[in-house]
Amino acid sequence: MNVAILAVQGAFIEHAHMLEKLNQEYVLIRKKSDLPERIDALILPGGESTTQRKLLLELDLLEKLKQSILEGVPVLGTCAGLILLAEEIGTGEPEVFGTLPVKVVRNAYGRQLGSFSVEGNFGKIEHFPMRFIRAPYIEKIFRPEVEILSVTDGKITAVRYQNQFGVAFHPELTEDLRIHQEFLHC
Amino acid sequence: MNTNRYQLNKELAQMLKGGVIMDVTTPEQAKIAESAGACAVMALERIPADIRAAGGVSRMSDPAMIQGIQDAVSIPVMAKCRIGHFAEAQILEAIQIDYIDESEVLSPADDVYHIDKTKFNVPFVCGAKDLGEALRRIAEGASMIRTKGEPGTGDVVQAVRHMRKMQSQIAMLSACREDELFEHAKELQVPVELVRYVHEHKKLPVVNFAAGGVATPADAALMMQLGAEGVFVGSGIFKSGNPEKRAAAIVKAVTNYEDAPMLAELSKNLGEAMVGINEQEIALLMAERGK
Repeated sequence: MNVAILAVQGAFIEHAHMLEKLNQEYVLIRKKSDLPERIDALILPGGESTTQRKLLLELDLLEKLKQSILEGVPVLGTCAGLILLAEEIGTGEPEVFGTLPVKVVRNAYGRQLGSFSVEGNFGKIEHFPMRFIRAPYIEKIFRPEVEILSVTDGKITAVRYQNQFGVAFHPELTEDLRIHQEFLHC
Repeated sequence: MNTNRYQLNKELAQMLKGGVIMDVTTPEQAKIAESAGACAVMALERIPADIRAAGGVSRMSDPAMIQGIQDAVSIPVMAKCRIGHFAEAQILEAIQIDYIDESEVLSPADDVYHIDKTKFNVPFVCGAKDLGEALRRIAEGASMIRTKGEPGTGDVVQAVRHMRKMQSQIAMLSACREDELFEHAKELQVPVELVRYVHEHKKLPVVNFAAGGVATPADAALMMQLGAEGVFVGSGIFKSGNPEKRAAAIVKAVTNYEDAPMLAELSKNLGEAMVGINEQEIALLMAERGK
């Protein structure tokens, strides 16, 4: 199984370490030639979404990855990764992949002093440690098929839509492998 | 500061990895930096090259100027306070800065004590020339470290020296026997717990960026290959001929720092780099501020 981790900027090594603990091989994608012919799963890490967007465009990765997502390759986007997936971004910025029918608000909890951690549920997974770092949340859902997996303080913070998982927090910053496990087995 | 807040602050630095943090002096420059792909900006009234040229006492920037930059961009905004000047740090915390750089680029306010950063909720990045200095800053509460390369010179030699020194000291600690850690902690003048962390994890407990003198995509790639997790670019961008193009090229160089053909493409036709001055030509070594 070929798991690709987008590695243009941000906390991609943390996702790689999670996969290593699960004995799952992966490939880091920094440029087009890093892409294997076929990918079976894709992880979009946290980081700065404006930086990642710019690099996806300039390194000519965007179309190929978008096509894979539309073809049904399972994708997990955390924090900035969720923003890349969203169909609409609150501040009116242009969408990046725009494949996940939700509207997100960037930096929804304000600046770094608004960052927080809390325990919550992710679908059937209970008591998951959630790290919100200058995090977004999901303000609107555009299709009834979007399944809400986490709600934090009344705001939607994780969803699944078909092959796409969008998560506002950072499972990769914890020791808890359950979300990665569920993603790999979806 | 509770440990959870410190953890969250270290984690913000993790999100900046593989990115470029750019010095900016106006909202316009901040927007150029953001659209070129900067993962954060450092808001300051004068970039280091101009601070060096102007001389005199250099202080925290006007909060109104910093807020103007906060309003202009959506990426994290950092700002500098003087070494030991905890009141400046309190002011920066009050305006909700995302990261404070307790920086040798400004005139030190205290020639003995650094800020007790554990008293703050907002994160701090500090400069370090070697492992001992890095771990002392971390013991004081810094949640991110950068090299202390000579700012405003366009000369990367000191950043290289600091990064090599730190990496070789980390390698040495990783390889030594556990019963030797106490003596190393004594030599480095740092708590043994931090030495033990480095021994076990073969890295600093926080993210480590390169800073000082980075002026070209090749400089950025050099620092990344030497072990930096990202780079600060100060005077190198807005003191050059074509800031937009140079900034975007350095951003891409940090992502693909081992790809020489791509680095060759990125290095072409960038216009004039900042002229810079050599280490031997400067009267004031800012890296010697704070130990």
